[in-house]
Amino acid sequence: MIKAILIFNNHGKPRLSKFYEHYSEDTEQQIIRETFHLVSKRDENVCNFLEGGMLIGGSENKLIYRHYATLYFVFCVDSSESELGILDLIQVFVETLDKCFENVCELDLIFHVDKVHNILAEMVMGGMVLETNMNEIITQVDAQNKMEKSETFIFQSPRQDR
Amino acid sequence: MPAPIRLRELIRTIRTARTQAEEREMIQKECAAIRSSFREEDNTYRCRNVAKLLYMHMLGYPAHFGQLECLKLIASQKFTDKRIGYLGAMLLLDERQDVHLLMTNCIKNDLNHSTQYVQGLALCTLGCMGSSEMCRDLAGEVEKLLKTSNSYLRKKAALCAVHVIRKVPELMEMFLPATKNLLSEKNHGVLHTSVVLLTEMCERSPDMLLHFRKVWILVPQLVRILKNLIMSGYSPEHDVSGISDPFLQVRILRLLRILGRSDDDSSEAMNDILAQVATNTETSKNVGNAILYETVLTIMDIKSESGLRVLAINILGRFLLNNDKNIRYVALTSLLKTVQTDHNAVQRHRSTIVDCLKDLDVSIKRRAMELSFALVNGNNIRGMMKELLYFLDSCDPEFKADCASGVFLAAEKYAPSKRWHIDTIMRVLTTAGSYVRDDSVPNLIQLITNSVEMHAYTVQRLYKALLDDISQQPLVQVSSWCIGEYGDLLVSGQCEEEEPIQVTEDEVLDVLEGLLVSNLSTPVTRGYSLTAIMKLSTRFSSVCLKISSRIKKVVSIYGSICLKMYSQACLTRANDLLDLLGGNDVVPVIQTTLPTKPASAGGELLDLLGDLSLSGGPAPAPSVPVSQPPFLLDGLSSQPLFNDISAAIPPMTAYSKNGLKIEFTFERANPNPNIAVITIHATNTTEDDMTEFVFQAAVPKTFQLQLLSPSSNIVPALNHGSVTQVIRVLNPQKQQLRMRVKLTYTHKGSPVQDLAEVNNFPPQSWQ
Repeated sequence: MIKAILIFNNHGKPRLSKFYEHYSEDTEQQIIRETFHLVSKRDENVCNFLEGGMLIGGSENKLIYRHYATLYFVFCVDSSESELGILDLIQVFVETLDKCFENVCELDLIFHVDKVHNILAEMVMGGMVLETNMNEIITQVDAQNKMEKSETFIFQSPRQDR
Repeated sequence: MPAPIRLRELIRTIRTARTQAEEREMIQKECAAIRSSFREEDNTYRCRNVAKLLYMHMLGYPAHFGQLECLKLIASQKFTDKRIGYLGAMLLLDERQDVHLLMTNCIKNDLNHSTQYVQGLALCTLGCMGSSEMCRDLAGEVEKLLKTSNSYLRKKAALCAVHVIRKVPELMEMFLPATKNLLSEKNHGVLHTSVVLLTEMCERSPDMLLHFRKVWILVPQLVRILKNLIMSGYSPEHDVSGISDPFLQVRILRLLRILGRSDDDSSEAMNDILAQVATNTETSKNVGNAILYETVLTIMDIKSESGLRVLAINILGRFLLNNDKNIRYVALTSLLKTVQTDHNAVQRHRSTIVDCLKDLDVSIKRRAMELSFALVNGNNIRGMMKELLYFLDSCDPEFKADCASGVFLAAEKYAPSKRWHIDTIMRVLTTAGSYVRDDSVPNLIQLITNSVEMHAYTVQRLYKALLDDISQQPLVQVSSWCIGEYGDLLVSGQCEEEEPIQVTEDEVLDVLEGLLVSNLSTPVTRGYSLTAIMKLSTRFSSVCLKISSRIKKVVSIYGSICLKMYSQACLTRANDLLDLLGGNDVVPVIQTTLPTKPASAGGELLDLLGDLSLSGGPAPAPSVPVSQPPFLLDGLSSQPLFNDISAAIPPMTAYSKNGLKIEFTFERANPNPNIAVITIHATNTTEDDMTEFVFQAAVPKTFQLQLLSPSSNIVPALNHGSVTQVIRVLNPQKQQLRMRVKLTYTHKGSPVQDLAEVNNFPPQSWQ
């Protein structure tokens, strides 16, 4: 099971935080800070797996992360998930974001965090992997965005409003 | 009131803030605006406001006042509203708030909505944060959706069902019929989530597992699906780096693992496919390796034939040579798990594993170290130890303690000769001496005592090490002890193993005195060296008055200084001396001396040494008639001086309630004065036995506790016997001993549990 998905930048500013287990607001912020602290210390040529910090379950949970340009993508998982599989999942997630936002960069995530949540909701549900096929995910997200667009003229589609 | 600003505007504004305070101000201003907008019950802009609130929540600001608004959004007819509303519910709400129960009706309606995306939102939210009550209410709806032909909804319903089962395990049965047809789906998303659902059911219920094995005969079905995936050739929809749906393959392999575990028939049915996957998977990309890794784990976990197991371990061996550090990491982790069961197969990869000790990555180094220790045996001990000692020299400090302990353990088990053993210990002490654990010192001393023929060699080497470096405390302590015991061998130059060195008694005393004075020495070390000096007064017995008076002088000067620093420890040793001398009159005098009067205590110590001409020492206390021989330790055996002295510390009652009484008796550990050995005696005055008796203890952080096994779990009634158990408490900082105890037992059929604080320890037990 995936316990949490965090995206933050090189300075620790959160860009997306989704927890699949309940923690209080303070604990959530602490977890984000602690995770950033652990992950940012890592060298570029070490492996992408870390034991989880004390707050998020200690040694049973692992942090699996990837560093893309200015962003860290961190998945906190327990022992039932395959470490290498999660690495692949992160790759699929980022590629999907890339397709949805056309050459995604940090600014896209900053200004469209709700859209990122929607994409993530089509991939991971309740801490478990729902769909890994990139085209499937994009089709569904597009359809839902179209529904939103058609409802009212006040809210414009994300592609135009940058 | 003007229209609330857009989310993007807010984000842009916040990004212009240059300090945390500025940001906080902006956020507060916006929150106030949002709050008044909520109060106005404005439907048009509620969605926008909640979106902003969620953004602020992500940055760490409180957003609980938006919870009710999320509910209103969920109840709206517009998809846009529902989307943000459900997202807000997942981020802001949880079971502990009553508010979330209000969602139940909305979700129920939305699960039956005409638009699949609305149904999808409802399933998603229920699957993420539904409480047990909600799950109970809505399980029927979820089950219905599990049977629909719409694959988008089917896959979401499957994962939602997993969540429902986790919350309310009794409902598992209900999903069984619907699950049956899931595997015949073509859609990979549905297949994937169905396998997850089946996995969850198998893990939760052994009955279900049996059912799937025997009644549904799931294994052949899964094997077939897996085979299709591998053989199907290029399929653009599911292709990831040249492999067809690796995520599904990995999931199926994991389910096969659970089904095949401890079941011969199932294991046999999957043998072929596992061999096929293991040999045919393309390994140039990470996805291929992920599949191989899962295959290896499955092979090792089920009842596979030995050929297959060897294949698996060889795959792991190949992983170790892979350039990708992640692959090396998972390989080492898996090898660590299998080294006990498939020891010989793993041994073949020993050299690769030892190479990993030189890796740059800390996690890989640690695993390689653990694995290396697991692989040490009688045949490879010399070679392995060379590598491990080299590792010890150059590794990070965080590893040194574990590595040193590992080396000691391995050396103890497999040492090819006594000399090699002593040399290895010497090497560890000299290179990583400060990181060696405190309890290694007494163990080493024990070891050295037992290697009788090596005494001369040992003391000579330790003496030479002391000449080089006195900063590493464990080394210094062991060396001082050795010199104290075997100083005569050192001086007489009796070493056979190597060239004996020429050293005089004066030089030895110089070194030991140096330790006493040095700032590098801890109080414990000073204790060791002082004791060694005292012992040497017998060992150097052949010598003239000059040496003996020198010793007395040292003891007189440093005795009182030492006493000031750590009074009781030294006093205990002094007590030991006196006890061994006999003369009960003397003992009470020393015992009643409190640490607050070090000067006079020093005087008593001096008294021991007979008539002295004190130079600058404190005035002696009222003299006690002690007729002692000129040299203290004459006629004593060469046993370590500080044997168990149980006389000093009185027993105490730690706990007495409901007929259960627990008494503590004390001893000093040998030879470490910082360890108190407490024996608990539990007795029972009631008429019924106390069975399943478990005693647990906890101590504050500055202490360390070790509980040995109890004599039994039954405290017999009416004091017909007792349960005893030994506790060892390490108290290096000599702090007041406090303990919390937890007692559990069954009495007259019902379980009893109690927690108590024990604070009435006698001062002698911890000083």
